[in-house]
Amino acid sequence: MNALWFGAHGLDSGVLLALFLHFGMLSLLAIGGAITTAPDMQRYVVGQHGWLTDAQFTSSVAIAQAAPGPNLLFVAVVGWNIAGLAGVVATLAGSLLPSTTLALAASRYGDRRRDSRAMKAFSAGMAPLTLGLLLATGWVLTSPVRDSWGALLLVPFTVLMLVKTKLSPVWLVAVGAVVGALGWAG
Amino acid sequence: MAWAFNRMALQGFGGVLAVAQRELVERERWLTKTQFLEVLSLGQVLPGPNIVNMALIIGDRFFGWRGAAAALLGLLAMPLLIVLLLATLYREFVDLPAVAGALRGMGAVAAGLVIGTAVKLLGGLRDNPLGKLPAAAVALLTLLAIGFWRWPMVAVVLGLGGASVALAWWRLGR
Repeated sequence: MNALWFGAHGLDSGVLLALFLHFGMLSLLAIGGAITTAPDMQRYVVGQHGWLTDAQFTSSVAIAQAAPGPNLLFVAVVGWNIAGLAGVVATLAGSLLPSTTLALAASRYGDRRRDSRAMKAFSAGMAPLTLGLLLATGWVLTSPVRDSWGALLLVPFTVLMLVKTKLSPVWLVAVGAVVGALGWAG
Repeated sequence: MAWAFNRMALQGFGGVLAVAQRELVERERWLTKTQFLEVLSLGQVLPGPNIVNMALIIGDRFFGWRGAAAALLGLLAMPLLIVLLLATLYREFVDLPAVAGALRGMGAVAAGLVIGTAVKLLGGLRDNPLGKLPAAAVALLTLLAIGFWRWPMVAVVLGLGGASVALAWWRLGR
């Protein structure tokens, strides 16, 4: 039962608070969506604390992309794998509270300033940063499969299919699952 | 409100945005196309997941904070249950080589989906007020700092992002 609530590591409340605060800080930096903060989450939970392995982190993202619903839910899977339900609360609440509060406040108040020079400068200046963050996220996600030619070939294949066709991403995820299950991505 | 967002979320494999447009504009007619674009661009400028920001803003406009809460709950509750169930199943069966292999394959595709999204957005940089070269330089530096040097994100966004926004501000003023 304890494993359900607190996960395999038995993390205490101080650690959960740190997890919540780190994800909360990233929430405010998540310009361009939650996925752009994945490299820093990976740095924090895999590199710094060793709560998950590289493969566990990437598969958390893969599971969330394979399931219906917002991709943001990968943070819940990461939390679940670190510290059970308590971890889900810490990562999901951390990822939602700061940005949602800001979104509501901004929507009620700042809507009309959208065309001001400051807002334009903000979105123009942040656009290339978002792009770089997405590329970095893709690179970090490949880290557990870089030793396998089959898996590495799946990456450009997916990019090509996504850019050149209107195929729904769920089919691409299915192709990846089949190729992997057959042992070609091992 | 909660049901509408729940329906959208459950249809949205690999992201909900495309489904949101169909449901909100064409089916429920809560928003016109123009209003949808407005809310979307507001959701994109703000930090946080776009679709969550959109749900909040739309819910709030129609029913105040209770609408925002209902939209959020509808969007997240069922998908959260499903994804946690999948994660638990995965942990049970991870020792089977086929399951472990499938997840590796899916992980590679997940990486490709994120990179592909970036490639699709690449064209947008051409019209960026920063100018083509500075914009490309900012994107490349961000990739190196976050992906390879593994710098903390807060430093990169505030430092490089701040410089980039300042440059855009200056260029827009000329």
